[in-house]
Amino acid sequence: MTTTYAVLSEGLEKRFGAVRALRGLDLAVAEGTVCGLLGPNGAGKTTAVRLLTTLLRPDAGSARVAGHDLVREAAAVRRRIGVTGQYASVDGDLTGRQNLRLFARLHRVRDTAARAGELLDRFGLTEAADRPAATLSGGLRRRLDLAASLVRRPDVLFLDEPTTGLDPAGRDRIWEAVRLLKEEGTTVLLTTQYLEEADRLADDIVLVDRGRVAHTGSPAELKALVGAYAEAVVAGADAVPVAAAVLDRLTGTEPVLDHERHTVGAVSTDPALTLPRLVRELDAAGVPLLDASLRPPTLDDVFLRLTGSKEIAA
Amino acid sequence: MSTTTPTTTGAARGPAPGTEMNPALRAYGLVHDGSAMLGRQLRRIGNNPGLLILTQTMPITMLLFFGYVFGSALAMPGEEYRAFLVPGLLVATAANGIMTGMFQAAQDTHRGVTDRLRTLPVSRAAVPLGQSVADVLVTAAGTVPLLLVGIAVGWRIEGGAAGAVGAVGLLLLFRFATTWIGIFLGLLTRNEEAAGQLGGATFILPLLSNAYIPAEGLPGWLRTVAEWNPISAVTTALRDLFGNAPVPDGAAWPVAHPVAGSLGWCALLLVVFVPLAVRRYAHGGR
Repeated sequence: MTTTYAVLSEGLEKRFGAVRALRGLDLAVAEGTVCGLLGPNGAGKTTAVRLLTTLLRPDAGSARVAGHDLVREAAAVRRRIGVTGQYASVDGDLTGRQNLRLFARLHRVRDTAARAGELLDRFGLTEAADRPAATLSGGLRRRLDLAASLVRRPDVLFLDEPTTGLDPAGRDRIWEAVRLLKEEGTTVLLTTQYLEEADRLADDIVLVDRGRVAHTGSPAELKALVGAYAEAVVAGADAVPVAAAVLDRLTGTEPVLDHERHTVGAVSTDPALTLPRLVRELDAAGVPLLDASLRPPTLDDVFLRLTGSKEIAA
Repeated sequence: MSTTTPTTTGAARGPAPGTEMNPALRAYGLVHDGSAMLGRQLRRIGNNPGLLILTQTMPITMLLFFGYVFGSALAMPGEEYRAFLVPGLLVATAANGIMTGMFQAAQDTHRGVTDRLRTLPVSRAAVPLGQSVADVLVTAAGTVPLLLVGIAVGWRIEGGAAGAVGAVGLLLLFRFATTWIGIFLGLLTRNEEAAGQLGGATFILPLLSNAYIPAEGLPGWLRTVAEWNPISAVTTALRDLFGNAPVPDGAAWPVAHPVAGSLGWCALLLVVFVPLAVRRYAHGGR
């Protein structure tokens, strides 16, 4: 069986003056999956989304979105995508309902009033229905933005940092909506600066660094590449080197020492390393152990390891 | 894409690529989407009617202020000056289309509305077209209170109904043209505040015309500048069509032939700025 791809790009390049925002981006997003684009600020995530949603024209390379060539069949692509991002906004002077009806009409939806009503219900937007969008809270506004990009069910939905600036409750509602869309078969490409978001929502994560794909894999695969993070807090500065030697031996990686906080940490890729074993070994070496932990890797660790960049996003 | 490319979703659905090249479908798309965008603008005004009333009070204030303050200092009798001033203020207000068009386009761009619209399957000319048509309708409605106050201070239609209808038509055509200049400039600035500042500067344009004062009294070079200002041709045409003041002698061609001159100016502005604005909108400047 061949995989069908909702988004497929080859060597996408985009330059703004002297800045090469994208330098050959290859993406393959399988139909019906959620793909998370992660990368530090300036990595080219937003440029990639702007290219794939026909807002920008690539300088080189090609892409097909929902089966249509991005440049030659831009109008056909636009019929099949939905876009939500800070730069693609609803009209703040119109009410929630007026916005949804406008976008439904532009999408040639027959009964715009019925469609607007459905979306208002589905996204819990009743209180936004008759208020100007500019007066809505951040969470409501973001859900209205999302609803506006779904007036005609898109094949591919692009979400550029959909939960940035939202409180946890608002974030959870957006996450819930994305999961539901995925269940309905919509392909979702999202960019995010929240690792947890990519971890929770994405089937595949694409790490973007300096305009190129640095790594692709499922969250579990990416974490397996890095392993767990073992950490020990000891009593007194004298015990720090002793603990470091134990961690070095157990993990096979060079530990990071914090002499002020009397803490030693190291990344472990050894699945046999468990917390009891860590504690036993440290105790056997005579380390006055105050605290020990074996934390599963975060995507932060993954990012640091794979791109050498500490800053995932700002 | 090479032939080994895996199949992509949705390829078999929807109209064949290139359908949008069909002129009839394109025209339908323009009318459909343009009227949707027109509806958007009118709903915005409906949601915020105070703003509309505020913009209408400005020319009325200027009519009373200029009419009585300047009117008493000019050689022309006050009532005659006020009758002279009404067409000038109508045209000066119409020239504000640059300001409103620019502000609106810059605001939409700045706030991301333009980009959302650009990701939709919407006719490329429809968004600026809807905006400019809405603007013309608002101007038409706004002309009524100004004319009523004009009548109260002594202005009359003295040139017959046909002339008056022609005058209003010309005025609205001029507004349509200036709005497109504004939309282009707004898409270019992309910034509400910059557009607001720049828009304020358009206040100077009618001052360099015969809208408020007869251009005949200006020193030679300034008179030339004023008479080649499109506002002067349109103002003169309105005064002529309303029968308020004769066409001045020895003026530059557009003012000496005000109706032809006005139509020419409007055609020129539209031919230049409609394609510029549509292109700018379609490509987003990049």
